[in-house]
Amino acid sequence: KKELVLGVTREIYLLEHVIRTIRDPEKPNTLEELDVVSEECVEVQELGEDEYLIIIKFSPTVPHCSLATLIGLCLQVKLQRCLPFKHKLDIFISEGTHSTEEDINKQINDKERVAAAMENPNLRDIVEQCVTEPDD
Amino acid sequence: MKDTLALLQKFNAHPDSRCWYVAWNPKGTLLASCGGDRAIRIWGREGDSWECKTVLQDGHQRAVRKVAWSPCGNYLASASFDATTCIWKKKNDDFEVSCPQTIDQMLCDDSKIWPVRASHCLCFFQCLTVLEGHENEVKCVAWAPTGNLLATCSRDKSVWIWEVDEEDEYECVSVVNSHTQDVKHVVWHPTQELLASCSYDNNVCVYKEEDDDWECRATLEGHTSTVWGLTFDPSGQRLASCSDDRTVKIWKECQPGGGQGTDTAWKCVCTLSGFHGRTVYDIAWCPLTGALATACGDDGVRVFKEDETADPDQPVFSLSAHVPKAHSQDVNCIAWNPKEAGLLVSCSDNGEIAVWNYQSEV
Repeated sequence: KKELVLGVTREIYLLEHVIRTIRDPEKPNTLEELDVVSEECVEVQELGEDEYLIIIKFSPTVPHCSLATLIGLCLQVKLQRCLPFKHKLDIFISEGTHSTEEDINKQINDKERVAAAMENPNLRDIVEQCVTEPDD
Repeated sequence: MKDTLALLQKFNAHPDSRCWYVAWNPKGTLLASCGGDRAIRIWGREGDSWECKTVLQDGHQRAVRKVAWSPCGNYLASASFDATTCIWKKKNDDFEVSCPQTIDQMLCDDSKIWPVRASHCLCFFQCLTVLEGHENEVKCVAWAPTGNLLATCSRDKSVWIWEVDEEDEYECVSVVNSHTQDVKHVVWHPTQELLASCSYDNNVCVYKEEDDDWECRATLEGHTSTVWGLTFDPSGQRLASCSDDRTVKIWKECQPGGGQGTDTAWKCVCTLSGFHGRTVYDIAWCPLTGALATACGDDGVRVFKEDETADPDQPVFSLSAHVPKAHSQDVNCIAWNPKEAGLLVSCSDNGEIAVWNYQSEV
């Protein structure tokens, strides 16, 4: 059991490392530096054999609708690509920090809306820029 | 549970992309699939396996979300994120091609090679027309059982009804704006000219034609999140809906008590909760057996059976069969074969199609 906890802890560590390298589209620093994403924001639950449910809650620094959606989108894309283990993902904006949080959470977690948005070349370019590692 | 759901075959239908939808043709002999790779593929059974009969590649500029066969089986409609709906006409009955190498050449698309091996039968579709009008992604297309009406719905919040005449001309006859958000799915009643739609606004709407105009006659409220799928029972008396709230609801039309007006009332007579781990993306009611199948974001496929002893106004459904890891990713669609009882097909975000055999101890 200890090894299991160790394994999961390592995976959380890797996960946080991945999240911390996502760039906030409007600022040059990474999200974590801006304190948008910190350890408390990430919850990892075991769903079954080698599969985890990841719940991320973040607080956008700027209370602006489209930016929060973009950050949510970037998080989705980055995690989907980088995580080495099977997972399901739910992203939520932290309570009390955003006026239209329910609206945005619903959009971010609607995979059909995300897929259609990502087919928009302009949006796709912005997301690609945001999720690219500094040394890529 | 003595009932079983056995995997017959699994194959990769849309390489490197998600398979959004699968649909059986009315005869139950062909499967149409569509996906994030912007292609539509037609599959036919060759012995025990399924083979690709044709690929419709250049019809859409964005992902193809759903496909629907006309009641006669000669037309296929496809709904896409590129805001259009394509109507494809089947050009011929399956014909024999004597040289297998010719088939490979015909279906080879640059670097992508389809697993068309022993098959000598192909079918060809030609794009007949492109229906435009929606402002953004078309989420669904459905043919009325009469064959001369088509319904589409979109993220632009509207439902469009189109009429088709004997010369294959399509004309939009109604645009209905009853939903306040993205409309996810539309489905026709099996026998009457009645339409139902469901939406990101958490509601289901039911439409009827009145004086050459289609109107919303009832709004079914109850789900607490996006409603993704809808299906009528074989008789058309009940409607089942599935949602992001992880429940399935059964609705029944109740006769208004001696009132005036033409609005109908639908009541939720059953809610199936606690069965699905994540969003339920699709639901299908078998026209032959009455079994109810669901496609879920927890990668599972489930079949529910109705308890025959229950009060028809308070139906009881129990979980008859469940495959927890039917696919390695979300299951997007589930469809019963219209002619062969127990034959079920599902598709997933991993691009795969799975064919199942459901057997129930009566």
